[in-house]
Amino acid sequence: MSDAIYEKPLPVIDPGTKPFWDAAKEHRLSIPKCNACGKYHFYPRELCPHCHSDDLQWTDVSGKGEVYSYTIARKPAGPAYAPDVPYIIAMITLDEGPRMLTNIVAADVETVRIGDRVAVQFDDVTPEVTLPKFVVVKG
Amino acid sequence: MAREAVIVGIGDVPLSGGKVVGGGSVLQVQARAAKAALDDAGIAMRDVDGLLVAGLWGVPGPGQLPSVTLGEYLGIFPRFADTTNIGGSAFEAHVAHAAMAIERGYCDVALIVYGSTQKSERSRTLGGRPPVLTMQFENVWGIPQPVGGYALAAKRHMHEFGTTEEQLAEIAVATRKWASLNPAATMRDPLTIDDVMASTKISDPLKLLDCCLVTDGAGAIVMTSADNAKAHGSKVTHVRGFGEAHTHWSIGAMPDLARLTAAEMSSRTAFDMAGIGRDKIDLVECYDSFTITVLLTLEALGFCKRGEGGQFVSNQRTAPGGEFPLNTNGGGLSYCHPGMYGIFLLVEAVRQLRGEAGERQVKNVNTALVHGTGGTLSSGGTVILANH
Repeated sequence: MSDAIYEKPLPVIDPGTKPFWDAAKEHRLSIPKCNACGKYHFYPRELCPHCHSDDLQWTDVSGKGEVYSYTIARKPAGPAYAPDVPYIIAMITLDEGPRMLTNIVAADVETVRIGDRVAVQFDDVTPEVTLPKFVVVKG
Repeated sequence: MAREAVIVGIGDVPLSGGKVVGGGSVLQVQARAAKAALDDAGIAMRDVDGLLVAGLWGVPGPGQLPSVTLGEYLGIFPRFADTTNIGGSAFEAHVAHAAMAIERGYCDVALIVYGSTQKSERSRTLGGRPPVLTMQFENVWGIPQPVGGYALAAKRHMHEFGTTEEQLAEIAVATRKWASLNPAATMRDPLTIDDVMASTKISDPLKLLDCCLVTDGAGAIVMTSADNAKAHGSKVTHVRGFGEAHTHWSIGAMPDLARLTAAEMSSRTAFDMAGIGRDKIDLVECYDSFTITVLLTLEALGFCKRGEGGQFVSNQRTAPGGEFPLNTNGGGLSYCHPGMYGIFLLVEAVRQLRGEAGERQVKNVNTALVHGTGGTLSSGGTVILANH
């Protein structure tokens, strides 16, 4: 965490999403798992998007997955991101099944490829908010 | 015999350098487009009893009521209103809803209107929406909106099928050739594949010339029953089939990044209703927010197989004189793109069907397919139009 003021968008956390962000603050990746159909989903919903059951349970997941797609932002999503250009926005398929949008943190943005294995890394951007990001892992 | 709903009027407003000529508020430009479409139909504003509106504008504060606001401004009391907003494809859905309302006798004259002055207001950024509700899992990563979502789809399509950036550039180049034949188009200078490849990188693999324009614009469509059209001596375009669908808004929730599921669904409904095959379509007008949108749409509509879109658009197949005339007004890429473009697809298809498209007129157009895409590859609206 740097001392600079964080000026990028922060999630407006609501009762349906608080467990996810609370877990992230503790450096855990936690997402809902359906007790009826056994599938995980992300982002968190009140009803399972697969079978529409309301019997859901917050479950810690491995934080491992692979790159489903990515883009290198050459232009920033607003002025607050300007110092970060170029940076990677990726869709990760978690080993547990769901996909999530995130950032891949890489020293050289040009090296990332679809299919790369990735692992979660937590970025405490403010005292209240931690963003789960990913890094490429070999093997 | 059952009532048949037909399109009888089209209208838009002149643009110069992407801005509405003479300027105007978002309400003024919509009123001008509405008047143009009603004049074209030979029907009076006082006879409009159905109003269909979707837009990015509104009186700020809770409960924006666009059809109520516009109805008041136009001085009409509609008995049928539809403010369905599924993104830029909303107007294709409006044609469907108006057709059902007219055929059921719920209204007699439906006016579909859109307008935007985003270019004049300089209101467009890559920043996107506030990170609330579903967007708290989207906009905290700095994804440029909306281009980043389309870039993710393009990258995945390239990975799965070997689609190349040059193939995407073919679409931009062919569309520019059509624009060069349209005096109303914003960008008419010749363009090469090298120009597209060398244009400023925005969000890999998409570059500036893969992206639609940011312009003003306003358009309107008038629909009524075939009997009423006859009574007014209006030019008639038949609505043979329609369909709509949506699958997601957050790009993270798109079921398959390399497949436009909404367009597959809406076009299946439309073709089933029309009872015709792809081989009967003479002309396609499809939403081109980005070059990848076109490629995914052509596959989803069934004009080529999944994964073969890149090959399909190669060698300028969709350009003037090519086998597959597409986006003949110059599209969102080169004609205009005032935020929600779908109404201009309908306006151009009707012009082509009537034989009123001037230098860019395609020969022997009797059946045209219009397909709008909205959101971030989120929604689809298909309309099949014909002269008979």
